[in-house]
Amino acid sequence: MKNSLQKEKRDEPRDEADTEKTALVNRRSLLAGTAGIVSAIVMRSVTRSAEAAMPVAPDDPTRVPGAAPTAYGQRSTFEQSVRVPRSWWASLTPLQDSHGILTPSALHFERHHNGVPVIHPEHHRLMIHGLVAQPWAFTMDDLKRFPATSRLAFIECSGNSAIEWKALTGQTVQQTHGLTSTSEWTGVALKTVLQEVGVKPDASWMLAEGSDAAAMTRSLPLALLIEEALLCYAQNGEPLRPEQGYPLRLLLPGWEGNTCIKWLRRLKFGTAPFMTREETSQYTDLMPDGTARQFTMVMEAKSVITSPSGGQRVQPGFIDIRGLAWSGRGRIAQVEVSTDGGRSWQQAVLQDPILPKCHTRFCLPWRWNGEDVILQSRCLDETGYVQPSRAALLAVRGVNSVYHYNAIQSWKIAADGQVSNVHA
Amino acid sequence: MCTRNVMMMGLITILSVGILWSSEAADPHDRMDGYGLGRPATDLDVQHWNIDVAPTGEGLPPGRGTAKQGAPIFATKCASCHGPTGQEGPMDRLVGGAGTLGSQKPVKTIGSYWPYATTLYDYVYRAMPFPAPQSLSSDEVYSVVAWLLYQNGIIAEDTILDAHSLPGIRMPNHNGFVPDPRPDVPRN
Repeated sequence: MKNSLQKEKRDEPRDEADTEKTALVNRRSLLAGTAGIVSAIVMRSVTRSAEAAMPVAPDDPTRVPGAAPTAYGQRSTFEQSVRVPRSWWASLTPLQDSHGILTPSALHFERHHNGVPVIHPEHHRLMIHGLVAQPWAFTMDDLKRFPATSRLAFIECSGNSAIEWKALTGQTVQQTHGLTSTSEWTGVALKTVLQEVGVKPDASWMLAEGSDAAAMTRSLPLALLIEEALLCYAQNGEPLRPEQGYPLRLLLPGWEGNTCIKWLRRLKFGTAPFMTREETSQYTDLMPDGTARQFTMVMEAKSVITSPSGGQRVQPGFIDIRGLAWSGRGRIAQVEVSTDGGRSWQQAVLQDPILPKCHTRFCLPWRWNGEDVILQSRCLDETGYVQPSRAALLAVRGVNSVYHYNAIQSWKIAADGQVSNVHA
Repeated sequence: MCTRNVMMMGLITILSVGILWSSEAADPHDRMDGYGLGRPATDLDVQHWNIDVAPTGEGLPPGRGTAKQGAPIFATKCASCHGPTGQEGPMDRLVGGAGTLGSQKPVKTIGSYWPYATTLYDYVYRAMPFPAPQSLSSDEVYSVVAWLLYQNGIIAEDTILDAHSLPGIRMPNHNGFVPDPRPDVPRN
């Protein structure tokens, strides 16, 4: 694990345009301060998980009494699938090991801008001010007393797959696509809380601010988010994980992950975007003509085969090709799979549930005859949008836009069964 | 006739169930007239957290600084991550890159990319220096911002930055941003 982490760092592109800055974790150059400490913590935790002792199973479990109940359950110690750090501010979900559409909270990808804060829930407040009848403050207890609502939704970092724009970089699907996860999110509808506070009619932009050491902020267009926005305090049936924004986060289903402000402490209403660093110099998409697209909120439809995928080795014979598809614009309508590098396509089976703005599981039964092949998947969402090929995407966007890479992913199966990432 | 009556009754039943069902589907929460939750935020609450700075300059605090004053602050508190001249890294490059955005190797810096000078004040105070965010005084922030703008050739070394002058600075890439045109990729 330690070796693969170091290798990943070496392989990451060192590039000014990659504002996710994966390459910048150059340990020699982290001179002092928080950076070095966080990096050391990441390395230590990775080492520790790799060294976790394998359990000893009795030869016949029917002849040995089992363990007593536990206060907070753990998965079987035989299961070792983990998030891998992409840098000291992001970790990736092991999509290759996932089943169904939900991501376990403990494996939900992470992206933070200056670490995961420790916040006492009794001290936490959400303040709402600006163009409102009166500035208002809510405790977590207040927010939980509002009518609760739950929904499933994926969150995808807009930098997911960014490492693939310029060159073949990721070796596994975790590395190429691991910045997306799906959870059940519970909280109070933003609309409900805003009705309570009384937002003035001329308010059109909402600044959301986190209580982390980046005081992360985004300006968000109110009219486009108001119907679906949730103030979430729970994920998959329990309070949010610290790295997912405990005790409170914003959820904007289908929008780029960074807009779903974690550790949410403040909402301010105004008539224009506040033009924070995150929506000017950071989460903007540079085009070949030198202009940059701003407020590119929606995550467009994307799919990827998770099995077989990069780094795996397969045997000839039956293979159930499996993968995930999702769209920030709604439901997945169709997924097609190609086993010949995109020359022909077969319709995959979509597995229930097929929910809007959620990972959707697809599969296709297939027999591999042991020859070199290239597997691909492409999805269509309910708006009619079709996931583009890499060539079509690059023809419009060039290679310097950093964000929103949603091209068709290709996995090559070599004659020896080894699966690897290719740009076909 | 009998059959028709039974069919009519059936239809009426179906319709009634439909009506009942739809009235049940209406969320009774919608009839609530407010929940009486939360409390007014005090001026102190608002003052404490209201740290954003808009392009109009709204939110800029009193204080002032020049590039000359900013140089030693940058050297002490910023250079270890951004390099002595703001170009060497290892973290984000802050200076240079003019005219590169449309090239094969764009260099996105404050000078080449950032559209508003006010964002610099907001971000430097909010999130920098990385190990100690929100620790700089307003004079220090104005000074560091002045140094960064001076290094990028946008202001003179002795230009005084304050709440009045900062919003008036026009950044080179001010007009470089466009709205989201997606979906933008033609079908394969």
